[in-house]
Amino acid sequence: MKTIIEITYLVSSVFFIFGIKKLSSPKTARQGNMFAAIGMALAIIVTLIDQDVLTYEWILIGAIIGSTIGVIMAVKIPMTGMPQMVGLLNGFGGGASLLVALSEFYKIMNFPAWNHDVKTDISIIVSILIGAVTFTGSLIAFGKLQGLVTGRVVKYPGQHAINALLVFLIVAGGAYTVIYPGNELLILAIAAISLLLGVLLVLPIGGADMPVAISLLNSYSGLAAAATGFVLENNELIIAGALVGASGIILTLIMCRGMNRSLLNVLVGGWASAGSGGPAPEGSTPKGDVKSVDAEELAMIFDSVSTVIIIPGYGMAVAQAQHAVRDLVNVLEKKGIKVRFAIHPVAGRMPGHMNVLLAEANVSYDKLFAMEDINDDFNNTDIAFIVGANDVVNPAARHDQSSPIFGMPILNADYAKTVVINKRSMNVGYAGIENELFFYPNTLMYFGDAKDAISKLTNELKNL
Amino acid sequence: MDGVSFLMLVYVFVLAIFVGFELITKVPPTLHTPLMSGSNAISGITIVGAILSAGLEEFTISTILGMVAVIFAMINVVGGFLVTDRMLKMFKKR
Repeated sequence: MKTIIEITYLVSSVFFIFGIKKLSSPKTARQGNMFAAIGMALAIIVTLIDQDVLTYEWILIGAIIGSTIGVIMAVKIPMTGMPQMVGLLNGFGGGASLLVALSEFYKIMNFPAWNHDVKTDISIIVSILIGAVTFTGSLIAFGKLQGLVTGRVVKYPGQHAINALLVFLIVAGGAYTVIYPGNELLILAIAAISLLLGVLLVLPIGGADMPVAISLLNSYSGLAAAATGFVLENNELIIAGALVGASGIILTLIMCRGMNRSLLNVLVGGWASAGSGGPAPEGSTPKGDVKSVDAEELAMIFDSVSTVIIIPGYGMAVAQAQHAVRDLVNVLEKKGIKVRFAIHPVAGRMPGHMNVLLAEANVSYDKLFAMEDINDDFNNTDIAFIVGANDVVNPAARHDQSSPIFGMPILNADYAKTVVINKRSMNVGYAGIENELFFYPNTLMYFGDAKDAISKLTNELKNL
Repeated sequence: MDGVSFLMLVYVFVLAIFVGFELITKVPPTLHTPLMSGSNAISGITIVGAILSAGLEEFTISTILGMVAVIFAMINVVGGFLVTDRMLKMFKKR
């Protein structure tokens, strides 16, 4: 029996690996997800016949409640709410690891015959720590994305000292329980401190840095599962956990590179000016006049060109303008204009956020280009149309050494013959700095809510 | 667990991380969101531990913690795979 279970775990792990492998192309991705789900089903079924599983009612009750909530969440969530959804699901994964580790601790305490040693005790502490940090950290990330917790950068005096103290307490407490095992109060204290640490670690991170935070928490949820695997001496948990851990780390690094910032810089709360979100700071000198256009003029400009690159940003997601953008693309293409999309790595609130929204609006994925694949094409493009993006097209990143975003890779929108920027106002982006692109001679500002403004533009184009 | 079997677990962990790095670097940016939610669902593999905890013969605090863990992990697994499928359904080429 033991061998059958072990072999099934192995098969299940292979399904996970093939599942992720098939995610490397949009054509096979859906099948890949199915593979992973089959792997999960196998693992669950075979665990139920494990000799240690003797009663089923609690499992069944838990499974029914959990599945129902899971189905409801997955069906109800709008595509624009996807970053929150991923954050929340992450949290549940971490929470499960925390609870399993605590459960194992009580099992050892209540049944002294259950064999355990130092390595198990260490694994339990690690599992509690990572699970708890993932749990509360993800809940805070969810709250920030949902607007329940402030999306601004939160800084308070002694921030780093407090975090360091908490980490020290966890390590010291963990070491003590490993030497003198079975101390219930201390384990609960470690869990509580870890929960607090999760809150404090994510709270300072600003809204637009959420792609980094979400990726990192994704990685933690994998590592939490792997830590649980060490507690249970289960290879499958370790393999699956390591795969997810690696995935999260890679995405985290891609996001950091997309902003030319170190992980540490993002985690401690980023730029001093970040997240203020108000009007441009006093004392910054506008470099010329702002030219604004209305829908009718803009339609005539669009009507006369042959290539357009659209640059979507978080503003498109907020205005839920992806369908309006799709309509615009259809009209432009009917007029024989070539339309493509340029996606900055950190556009939106999670990796690939813009791609999902545009996919929802039925935009073909082969029109979406990553920054490095399209950045050289702006030179021979008639219009760069920026919808709700700001810092990722600020040319100051290239030449202004005093700018906080200096060195950040940007989309070369300013190299296009004409730059059209759709924005609600002149307010600054996340970095809290003026965007000199607004004042360029080849820039036209098209003010208004993205959805309304683009619909209006589309109608004008249709009437031409 | 003895030293050798613990070391085997570490082996598996380290090698799996390398496999993960190889696989994930080949996923295009367009699929990064489904990758996150899909891998997220995979991290719900903790369900295995949750089932083992909730299925103990004697009813103790371990069972209660195990049952809540089953709920959490099941939300993670079911919600994660379903929402990923919902997203991937939309990725079409025209």
